[in-house]
Amino acid sequence: MLIRTIFSGFGGQGVLSMGYTVANTAMLEGKYVTYLPSYGVEVRGGTANCTVVVSDEEIASPVASDPEFVVVMNQPSFFRFQSILQSGGLICVNSSIVDTSCARGDIEVVVVPTSELAEKLGTIKVANMIMMGAFIKASNIVSFDFLMKHMAEILGEGKAKLTKVNREALQLGFDYVKE
Amino acid sequence: MSGNSAVGEAAVLAGCTAYFGYPITPQNELTEHMAKRIVEVPGGVFIQSESEIAAINMVLGASAAGARAMTSSSGPGISLKQEGISYLAADELPAVIVNMMRGGPGMGNISPAQSDYLQATRGGGHGDYRTIVLAPASVQEAADLVYVAFDLADTYRNPVVILGDGMLGQMMEPVTFTTAAPRKEYPKEYVLSGASGRPSRMIRSLLFDTKEEEEHNWKLFRKYQLMEHNEVRYETFLLDDADMAVLAYGIAARIAKGAIKRLRQEGLKVGLIRPITLWPFPMKIIQETAKQLGDFFVFEMSTGQMIEDVKLALEGKGHIHFYGRPGGVIPTPVELSRIIARHCYQSQRSKKR
Repeated sequence: MLIRTIFSGFGGQGVLSMGYTVANTAMLEGKYVTYLPSYGVEVRGGTANCTVVVSDEEIASPVASDPEFVVVMNQPSFFRFQSILQSGGLICVNSSIVDTSCARGDIEVVVVPTSELAEKLGTIKVANMIMMGAFIKASNIVSFDFLMKHMAEILGEGKAKLTKVNREALQLGFDYVKE
Repeated sequence: MSGNSAVGEAAVLAGCTAYFGYPITPQNELTEHMAKRIVEVPGGVFIQSESEIAAINMVLGASAAGARAMTSSSGPGISLKQEGISYLAADELPAVIVNMMRGGPGMGNISPAQSDYLQATRGGGHGDYRTIVLAPASVQEAADLVYVAFDLADTYRNPVVILGDGMLGQMMEPVTFTTAAPRKEYPKEYVLSGASGRPSRMIRSLLFDTKEEEEHNWKLFRKYQLMEHNEVRYETFLLDDADMAVLAYGIAARIAKGAIKRLRQEGLKVGLIRPITLWPFPMKIIQETAKQLGDFFVFEMSTGQMIEDVKLALEGKGHIHFYGRPGGVIPTPVELSRIIARHCYQSQRSKKR
């Protein structure tokens, strides 16, 4: 098994931390994993993306030219990454600000209105966590229960006081996606 | 953990107490990690210097004072450090220099490349000297080779270069730090520690007397011969039954490994030789492999630099194929496997004829 995922969106939307969290979870589950952030000219408000590769064996390249999964938080990323997604691949889209009417026909699109859902929790900051919950449900890339259980360890001490709201956000996203 | 941070952490665990650096992408996380971490160890010193030239000369000073000293940079910054590296080699001072390579020449860009192979393996600065060059292919190996680098530097009293690339530095992978075995004590009879109670010492590379300089050159040369004899490291992968051997180092070797796994599924017998020390270069395994097969495929993220060493090793034997992607482009295992397959089939056809 070798699963390549690209997380993308505006800088500041928590795109890199989504990838980092998935990578960290997969690592603690004992899988081979690489995390490669896009780097350089990206600034806050610009586009950011990162690539996470999860595998059962040694990973040859941390770069994904034709990923299995894509998570998209803004419109430019949608255009850019739906075109390289594998046929039959899965794309999770932040439908609050992304128009998916021009989506390819041979891919599975999961729309998540992250902003509206985040409003229910009273903070837009957890939009990425909602998306991640939804993505994990749709992709089954890591164990959701494992992530919930080891939340503090995975997110690190700095996020300790946000554990509760992060949990709620993940659950909300996870429940939003139907089987 | 990112490769940059892992190298920094391993350096601290290996007993590095002096780090000097000047920021440059794609190795900034290393400087950042050192800023936080090295001051936690007793006697730990971190200085963000005013320039790369200052940083390497601070390394020289710290090393002369007996500390395990390190600096890191990328492409353009490493060029600026060459003068200091030459002085370190001349003065026979241990030091570790990390180069996370990027696209070049000139300012180039900040994407991963393997553009500095010749600079690193040929000494780099002026004068008749060599540096040991270690090329890790994963974050774990990068961390492991840091311990090796410091020990080699102390053993031979010579600068050691860790040659990574932007991808290795930026990429995060799981890494475990072996609790470093109790460090060997290295004789420090050269260290400038104050001359009270002993004759004074001097560290200098200015040798006006030509005889003296010649003898110094031969002395260094004998040291380099010892390194060539004792310190060659490489890894082979599926080489035993191979018809073609791919030669690649660092991140390129990893991409090559992925390509080779695909090619094996297609039934093409391709193996890999991955030099871990780029200098001293693993000549012997290449020469031995040349007795078994005739086709060598060199893959580099440059227009072809290591290929020169492969040619030197083969001494005209065998047939050398080459594929290079310079400028910060990162080819995929699929792309590389297609290229290798084409060369394989062409070579099989020409043999039938």
